[in-house]
Amino acid sequence: MKSFKYLTNGLIKENPTFRLLLGMCPTMAVTTAAVNGIGMGLSTTAVLIGSNVAISALRKFIPDSIRIPAFIVIIASFVTIVGMLLKAYIPVLDAALGLYIPLIVVNCIILGRAEAFAFDHTVVESLYDGIGMGLGFTLSLTVLASVREIFGAGTFFGIPLFGDAFEPVTLMILPPGGFIVLGLGIGLVNLITAIRKEREKNKKKAVELKEVKS
Amino acid sequence: MEPKLVLSSSPHIRSGLTTQRIMLDVLIALIPAFGVSIYVFGWSAILITVICIATCVLTEYVIEVILKRKITISDLSACVTGVLIAFNLPYSAPWWMCIIGSVFAIAIVKQLFGGLGHNFLNPALAGRAFLLASWPTRMTGSAFVPPDAVFNTTVDVASAATPVDATAMATPLGIVHGNLNIALPSLWEMFVGFPGKYGAIGEISALALIIGGLYLIIRGVISWRIPVCYLATVAIIAFFYGDNVIFQLCAGGLMLGAFFMATDYVSSPSTPLGQVIFAVGCGVITMIIRKYGGYPEGVSYSILLMNCCAPLIQKYTKNLKYSSREKKGKEALQ
Repeated sequence: MKSFKYLTNGLIKENPTFRLLLGMCPTMAVTTAAVNGIGMGLSTTAVLIGSNVAISALRKFIPDSIRIPAFIVIIASFVTIVGMLLKAYIPVLDAALGLYIPLIVVNCIILGRAEAFAFDHTVVESLYDGIGMGLGFTLSLTVLASVREIFGAGTFFGIPLFGDAFEPVTLMILPPGGFIVLGLGIGLVNLITAIRKEREKNKKKAVELKEVKS
Repeated sequence: MEPKLVLSSSPHIRSGLTTQRIMLDVLIALIPAFGVSIYVFGWSAILITVICIATCVLTEYVIEVILKRKITISDLSACVTGVLIAFNLPYSAPWWMCIIGSVFAIAIVKQLFGGLGHNFLNPALAGRAFLLASWPTRMTGSAFVPPDAVFNTTVDVASAATPVDATAMATPLGIVHGNLNIALPSLWEMFVGFPGKYGAIGEISALALIIGGLYLIIRGVISWRIPVCYLATVAIIAFFYGDNVIFQLCAGGLMLGAFFMATDYVSSPSTPLGQVIFAVGCGVITMIIRKYGGYPEGVSYSILLMNCCAPLIQKYTKNLKYSSREKKGKEALQ
């Protein structure tokens, strides 16, 4: 299946947070607790899938010159739907994420994928891209939020991890902690990517050497 | 054939000045202040300093091994950072706080930005800021004051319904900031450091820090510009506020900051004019925080903020004699 490769693209290789550095604002603001990270990630995923599919389906009808307003209208519709669903069924999460749900409209990941991917790919490919990018975003937000919650509050998904003697590193759930963890995360992902590239290079070299010998 | 002519770019003259020698001088200059801290706080001062130095050196070594860098623990810069972190901590700091602060300072602030010469913040101050933001109660107020400290409360203790909590906030700046009913130490006590003046381990005695600072200036390790301009700015602002100038100069970490931390080669400008701007900026921010801030003391934040501005200051105060920018300007004039 050809379009399947777009699914895994967003997880590590083009991870929106760690590789593309998109959507930094929600990343910094909501990753103070793991639940919020997952909630924000999944809401964004839902919007991203919807908008990617809709924009891809409509790409032949949207004139080039007004594509950005058209994208925003489509995205805003999906954000409104997600926002209303959250308010109706998970009011706790809605309260925790607050303003950042309506602000998904201006999340650069969504507009970025619409512009860079959905507008010139088929519906199926855009669907896979939406799922992949959304899950990549969810994954990175959850990882960031877990690290910050574990050190900054001593809990994981609200469950206390350490005894009473533990004094949480308050800085980690403050903005500087977000930047520090994000920086370390980006460094780590860059390191993994560099090691992978190195390995592929060595493999290619080995293959070439073999060919030369034979 | 052996090359007979060795070609290398300038500079060709080597001086005996090495990082190690500079750092050794800084350590020597810190000895008087360390002596005072031992006199005032006893074993805990020694213990905290030893923990901080050991953690800093070990962290530097481990990170450099992991990142396959040149091992630079022998240049003593990690030692200096360790001592400065310890000097910024209250005597009551638990061992794990010393370790976390030191690891943060060396691993994240210094090594991850590229090691000595590449850190844009002073590692020791960044470590202190990290600890202050994380455990505010352990880094402020009563954390600095030993339980057996005696205060001259101006409130009549016997007549008060509940005993006056004299040690709630009792560094001199804390007393001023919180409007507490505790008599301030006399100016002589503020200057010498004891009895009655409490604060972080290394900031007790202004006198001891000035002796150390003068040693560094005489040895040529630091220039007089940063400390003198920093202190002068604080003094002038305090004068216009109608504060006691000597009190503001001797209080808190000002002497320690002005002589030992604002003068950090890496995170402060190296041009003479740049150093003056840097120091004046530190002084202004310090007084703004002392007067209007949420914390009683602002030395560490003022230096950190000016550290961030240092590259910009450096850029605009560089000697332009040989740069292309001035050439362009001259051509424009002709």
